[in-house]
Amino acid sequence: MPKPHLYLLAALLAAFGLSYYSDRLDPYYLDVLTGIGINIILAVSLNLVNGYTGQFSLGHAGFMSVGAYLSAGVTLFLGPRLLGEDGGTAVTQGVLFFFALVAGGLGAALAGLLVGVPSLRLKGDYLALVTLGFGEIIRVIFQNVEFLGGALGLNGIPAYTTIFWVLAFGALAVFTVTCLVNSTYGRGFLATKDDEIAAEAVGLNTTRYKIVAFVVGAFFAGAAGGLYGHFKMTITPTGFDFTKSIEIVVMVILGGMGNTLGVILAAILLTLLPEVLRPIAEYRMILYSFLLIVLMISRPQGLFNFKFGRAKS
Amino acid sequence: MLTVTNLEVCYGAISALRDVSFTIEAGRIVTLIGGNGAGKTTTLRTISGLLRAKRGSITFKGEEITKLPPHQIVARGLCHVPEGRMVFSNLTVDENLAMGAYLQSDKARIAQNREYVFSIFPRLKERLTQAAGTLSGGEQQMLAIGRALMGDPKLLMLDEPSLGIAPKLISTIFEKIVEINRVQGITILLVEQNANLALEVSHDAYVLETGSIVMRGASADLRNNPELKAAYLGG
Repeated sequence: MPKPHLYLLAALLAAFGLSYYSDRLDPYYLDVLTGIGINIILAVSLNLVNGYTGQFSLGHAGFMSVGAYLSAGVTLFLGPRLLGEDGGTAVTQGVLFFFALVAGGLGAALAGLLVGVPSLRLKGDYLALVTLGFGEIIRVIFQNVEFLGGALGLNGIPAYTTIFWVLAFGALAVFTVTCLVNSTYGRGFLATKDDEIAAEAVGLNTTRYKIVAFVVGAFFAGAAGGLYGHFKMTITPTGFDFTKSIEIVVMVILGGMGNTLGVILAAILLTLLPEVLRPIAEYRMILYSFLLIVLMISRPQGLFNFKFGRAKS
Repeated sequence: MLTVTNLEVCYGAISALRDVSFTIEAGRIVTLIGGNGAGKTTTLRTISGLLRAKRGSITFKGEEITKLPPHQIVARGLCHVPEGRMVFSNLTVDENLAMGAYLQSDKARIAQNREYVFSIFPRLKERLTQAAGTLSGGEQQMLAIGRALMGDPKLLMLDEPSLGIAPKLISTIFEKIVEINRVQGITILLVEQNANLALEVSHDAYVLETGSIVMRGASADLRNNPELKAAYLGG
């Protein structure tokens, strides 16, 4: 099935093309587009855990913060040493940034493994609580470690995040999740969600599936965190609190659990909505919440879920 | 083929099985009958590794499997069809069958098993691309059995295959169970509440009552046992 590979290639080319012309775009639109891309990565990766595998995680912002701090650490502390006085060329900066993002992703994946192994035997609400607790613990740790800036966070992170990196990692996240889920191996994620006992009875190691989903999800959350840090140029522990996790969960639910395309659209919609509502200032969050309630009542199966169960591949 | 010795299982502080021992000879259909809460499902789940035994041992083909995880037990040819037609409702019939062959690597053998499943349950072939959740109860049970057959079992454990299925389909399914045993030589452990039916199709039977085995023997003999008749067979 070479189709997803073609899509990935096309998306990477599009990302490259768009970033080539990004100078001519309005910086405001570019910022919104970057925000959308980061949210797509977060939502699509969480969808692997919450949607396809059916494990309710509330700790995605926690994994995001691990990646954000780690990759910012790489560019802030290792960058000057590796790139030299002049700050290096665009190419060397790009290479450094790529490794910083991968390091952030791997760090988050490791955190995912550490949290996942003991907690994934829990189900439903209990797992949600454990992951919620994890997110808070991470936040409190970052808040109290002087070396990482404490409550003020890390400042002066180089603005390496371009639309190219965001779209490239977005495409990679979508590609990875799609390929994982549509493979024979990946049917196991859906089987684990559908019926755990039946899945074990046919010989699936459901715990391993849950951990794989958790680790892969955390990896992309970490990479997204790295992109976020190098986009905002500053990160604070409060930016990755519980509300951020909820925000991502809402995207997944609104898009339709286990429906990657729907989740992408929901991520776009929920990033644009606050921007569109900007003119009405203080009423914005009221309307935003109200819209969410209406959407959930009218389309509980997800805004973009039109078929029974999973979309055909 | 399967030997269960002094099995004891607890749910927290509540003991569900006490000192359960039985053996299953290769090529037989053995049934485990008993009322609600007697421990039938618990027994099957413990054998397939979904539950952990507190004491006792389970040996399959001479090998101790008591502490193995479920997927390793399935890999040894012991397949479990769980109670209540647990199919993967969001996956298609085709994908459900593919999941059944999850641990199989021999492609030719998988294709052969698939053909066999279609030969005994032709209905499944008609519904190949349909989501399993949209099948009727009887069809879901056929799929659950078919899925287990894809795992190339030596011993097939069926948990209440008659549960919640139209009477007409029950007889079809039980005919197929007998056929699977006779034609393929697959040993079967059948758990049933419908004692009449179970004793009719099986060779040997064990009666389970509140976590202990209270009676055992050839199914034909038990069918005429006055005590059992009074308790389970309705006079």
